[in-house]
Amino acid sequence: MELVTPGFGLFIWTLITFLLLVFILGKFAWKPILNSVKEREKNIEEALYAAEKARQEMQNLTNENEKLLKEARSERDAILKEARELKEKILSDAKEAAKIQGEKLLSEARKQIENEKMAAINELKNQVASLSIEIAEKILQKELEDSKKHEEFASSIINKVMIN
Amino acid sequence: MKIARKPGKLLILFSLLLAAPFTVRSFYSSANSLDTTDPHITQNTEEQEENINDLIMHHIADSHDFHILDWKDHSISIPLPVILYTKEGLVTFMSNAFHHDDHGRVVVEKGSQRFVKYHEKIYYASEKADSHGSFVNKGDDGAILNDKPIDISITKNVFSLFLTALLVVFIAFKSASNYKTNSRAPKGFASFIEPILVFIRDEIALQNIGEKYYERFVPYLITLFFFIWIANMLGLMPVFPGGANLSGNIAFTMSLALLTLILMIFNASGDFWKHTFWMPGVPVPMKLLLAPIELIGIFTKPFALMIRLFANMTAGHIVILSLIGLIFIFKSVAVAPASILLTLFIYLIKVFISLLQAYIFTLLSALFIGQTMATHEHDDHH
Amino acid sequence: MVGSIAAIGAGLAVLGVGLGIGRIGGSAMEAIARQPEASGKIQTAMLIAAAFIEGVGLFGIVAAILGNNPK
Repeated sequence: MELVTPGFGLFIWTLITFLLLVFILGKFAWKPILNSVKEREKNIEEALYAAEKARQEMQNLTNENEKLLKEARSERDAILKEARELKEKILSDAKEAAKIQGEKLLSEARKQIENEKMAAINELKNQVASLSIEIAEKILQKELEDSKKHEEFASSIINKVMIN
Repeated sequence: MKIARKPGKLLILFSLLLAAPFTVRSFYSSANSLDTTDPHITQNTEEQEENINDLIMHHIADSHDFHILDWKDHSISIPLPVILYTKEGLVTFMSNAFHHDDHGRVVVEKGSQRFVKYHEKIYYASEKADSHGSFVNKGDDGAILNDKPIDISITKNVFSLFLTALLVVFIAFKSASNYKTNSRAPKGFASFIEPILVFIRDEIALQNIGEKYYERFVPYLITLFFFIWIANMLGLMPVFPGGANLSGNIAFTMSLALLTLILMIFNASGDFWKHTFWMPGVPVPMKLLLAPIELIGIFTKPFALMIRLFANMTAGHIVILSLIGLIFIFKSVAVAPASILLTLFIYLIKVFISLLQAYIFTLLSALFIGQTMATHEHDDHH
Repeated sequence: MVGSIAAIGAGLAVLGVGLGIGRIGGSAMEAIARQPEASGKIQTAMLIAAAFIEGVGLFGIVAAILGNNPK
């Protein structure tokens, strides 16, 4: 029975010692430790949060950059396109103008040529007419002298004409 | 080769340490009983077993002086102060005033009062000695009739208690000093202690008491855990500073369980008392029946805590001592290897149990406190 | 005689405890086999339950020891 009869001395000493221990350690050891552990946990939490935030910001920044870049690129593209269009237009305009000019020149030249041709034909007509008249005059003169000689003459003239 | 020899050496050292409680006294008695020239010690093993039983019981029990070893019939022990609260106030003297007497034969006189020690209990001495020279009066059933002063001596267990407390203080302040300068991850000793603290805070207190109140119980639970753990481990140490069966003493476990009971009762919610004395949702006769059962239930919880730790540690000591005692019961060195190996095995289990019991005591304390603090928000289910 | 009966009592207590711890161990093994990833938690729970049962068994053994030492 002795074994399970609590002794008063040890009981009271345990109570006193343990309560003192809880009080002292609770105040001067466990509390500071737990506080600094908590502090550290909070710091880690905060650091993680800050890192997450920074990452988010970085992401945002990158996104913005991307956007800006995209905008710039599209603007450049637009400008380039415009320039190209303008060039095209200028070119086509110039071509058009050149074409018109050319055509005008051509038609003028053609007209002139036509005129020249007409003039030449007229000249030729006139010359043929005067030549025919001359030939006829000469033939008639020879015919009138000798018929044989007429013939000879005529053929010689014709030959001449032919050589000409 | 070096590595292979080391465990062997350790084992031998370890077994010597284990056998220390039995040292010379028991060895002599067994040697004597082997001595066949002495006619009346050849009796039988009955007495031998009785001796070992007494020895074990003596070892488990508290003592007024710290016995280290016996050397050639001379007991070497450290005297501890005896503090008595007598009819005439406090009386103190050193325990060696009794000259190792434990049968009430040596009387210590202090002022007008006379004291004797009989089976580690201190009594007021009788006027005259009986036939055995003992100054105690025994009734017919062997019970002692002398009055006892209130004994608050620094016994072996109280000494061990102080040592435990000192070690816990050392552990606590050693690890706390790390946090004064270092706000980053713990270093050295603190890095070993911190996970335990965090475990007790998160897995024991927070899980069982609840988010709202757990923080105020954390210091108590942590101290409880370390106190029991260190006490258990010191009890396992076979030589001088340890070796006292502190956590296997029911007074020790009782005071710790009492503190848990006090915390349970003083922090109980109104809801808990309502559920204890007037369980809602059951018929009135049932309520009357349930009230005393629930009331007893409050006390059985810490009672079970008290018995569990006490029984575990005491049984562990008894098993270890009995296994060693086998050598002396069989009176054969041949038993020694088996006995030592078995003891080693039990010892390792005990080291684990020391930790486990500290954990369980802490866990259940938190659980019981949490139970009484809980408020039921689902009354309609009852 | 008192000693023998006390020993029988202790033996009976140990019998019950053995059955109990055996059941816990068996169930824990089954649980671990089913869910190897939860083995840590199962082991902890197993140890705690085993400690409870062991405590009950020790009550019996202590009672037996007390019976053996009636003084």
